Amino acid sequence: MNAWLDTLLTLFQAQLGAVWGPFAFELVTSLAFIVCIVGPLMGCVAYLTLWERKLIGWMQIRRGPNRVGPFGLLQPMADGIKLMMKEIISPSQASTGLFFLAPIIGLMPALAAWAVVPFSPEVVLADINAGLLYLMALTSLGVYGVIIAGWASNSKYSFLGAMRSAAQMVSYEIAMGFALVVVLMVSGSLNLSDIVEQQGRGYFADKGLNILSWNWLPLLPITVVYFIAGVAETNRSPFDVVEGESEIVAGHMVEYSGMSFALFFMAEYANMLLISTLTVLMFFGGWQAPIDSVVTNWIPSFIWLFAKVFVVVSLFLWIRATFPRYRYDQIMRLGWKIFIPMTLVWLVVIGAWMQTPWSLWK
Amino acid sequence: MQRIVEFFRSFLLLELFRGMMLTGRHVFARKITVQFPEEKTPQSPRFRGLHALRRYPNGEERCIACKLCEAVCPAMAIHIESEKRDDGTRRTTRYDIDLTKCIFCGFCEEACPVDAIVETRILEYHGEKRGDLYYTKPMLLAVGDRYEDQIAADRAADAAYR
Repeated sequence: MNAWLDTLLTLFQAQLGAVWGPFAFELVTSLAFIVCIVGPLMGCVAYLTLWERKLIGWMQIRRGPNRVGPFGLLQPMADGIKLMMKEIISPSQASTGLFFLAPIIGLMPALAAWAVVPFSPEVVLADINAGLLYLMALTSLGVYGVIIAGWASNSKYSFLGAMRSAAQMVSYEIAMGFALVVVLMVSGSLNLSDIVEQQGRGYFADKGLNILSWNWLPLLPITVVYFIAGVAETNRSPFDVVEGESEIVAGHMVEYSGMSFALFFMAEYANMLLISTLTVLMFFGGWQAPIDSVVTNWIPSFIWLFAKVFVVVSLFLWIRATFPRYRYDQIMRLGWKIFIPMTLVWLVVIGAWMQTPWSLWK
Repeated sequence: MQRIVEFFRSFLLLELFRGMMLTGRHVFARKITVQFPEEKTPQSPRFRGLHALRRYPNGEERCIACKLCEAVCPAMAIHIESEKRDDGTRRTTRYDIDLTKCIFCGFCEEACPVDAIVETRILEYHGEKRGDLYYTKPMLLAVGDRYEDQIAADRAADAAYR
């Protein structure tokens, strides 16, 4: 791979000169890597919608989609084609520019965040040291798509959805941030690869039981808080008052149709995958195998990551199939009066623990 | 004490986990989906679907144009015109049911003194234009002729309860 890249670099330098050659090389390779990440991601998003319908169907003793292709496997394609053929309608009173910009702004951070996600020890697009900070920044940006959509649609329901979304995202962002601070404290690094590596060290990992030395066990309450805050952050059920189809139809998406609607949908599912991946990276040891043995080490690391993400993302769907929607004041109560105090207390507890001789993280 | 127990119960999400166990079990439960075109739900002999006009075994149509069905129809979907036929009997010249108005209540069937208008088990029919669901006398008679065996069997099965 590296030899191949080097020949490409020399080729660019020969063709474009010493100044523009490396620049063009960087551009082309970066774009190629981005396509390599976003392409499969979009495939995962498409098939996540199918898996959601299947799993929720099974939980409701139904079969789920099974007509389009074998086991309904072509259903996402059919949905995509349907949405692409549909007319994109813009309300006459809408602010057209922002109206069409909003879904793009919603989707962009959901995709951009994948730049710092390590898929295996070597494979990461941008191995930056402020990875966690970058992720915090990008996951917060997602709300702008929703707010702009709600405002630009010039509709009551959209506007209510946007207001709810803004309040909810702000509340849970804090709990999520504190949860990440705890992870940052124990791993001593903002680099996601380091955070994963750190989880592979410790008493249990030396014995070959990686699974017990991952962050989820010593940081169990934080893991739960982070995951639930993640559900709230992605506006998934039971925190989906933003869409709240029984009250405000579809919230910020009311006025959208066709592909502009599909972009919101893709953003939601990409965010779901992102939050699941982050949960796995920060609490479930990323690409590491759960136990240290010949068989588990033989399985490639990105398959472990994929399997873990699959389990966590299925948990999102499981929760959606199980719980009714929270009332709005209950969401606020959970965020402000339970999660934030709880993470604050645990921040102190973990901080104190790290100062004792029994600290797990040295 | 009670409050402490309650606190831990909600703090440890016990009830939520029990709920998730319930839905989790259902993933493996036998599915109740009826895969429609291949499988169908069982129908009662009293099923109220598409209308039909019946004939006597000798081929004479049953309807005597008493217009009871027209009178009882709550949706006013039935329209009948009648005339004296050459042999002196009263017969319909028009018998129209607008299926877009019909609410499939079955009152016409109950009102009919000669079991001429009946509702069959057929539910898979459609029209591509609105007018397609305006059923005229020949169309209703054709339905009756085609499904007479089924209609007669259903009537016999239900006769004990009438």
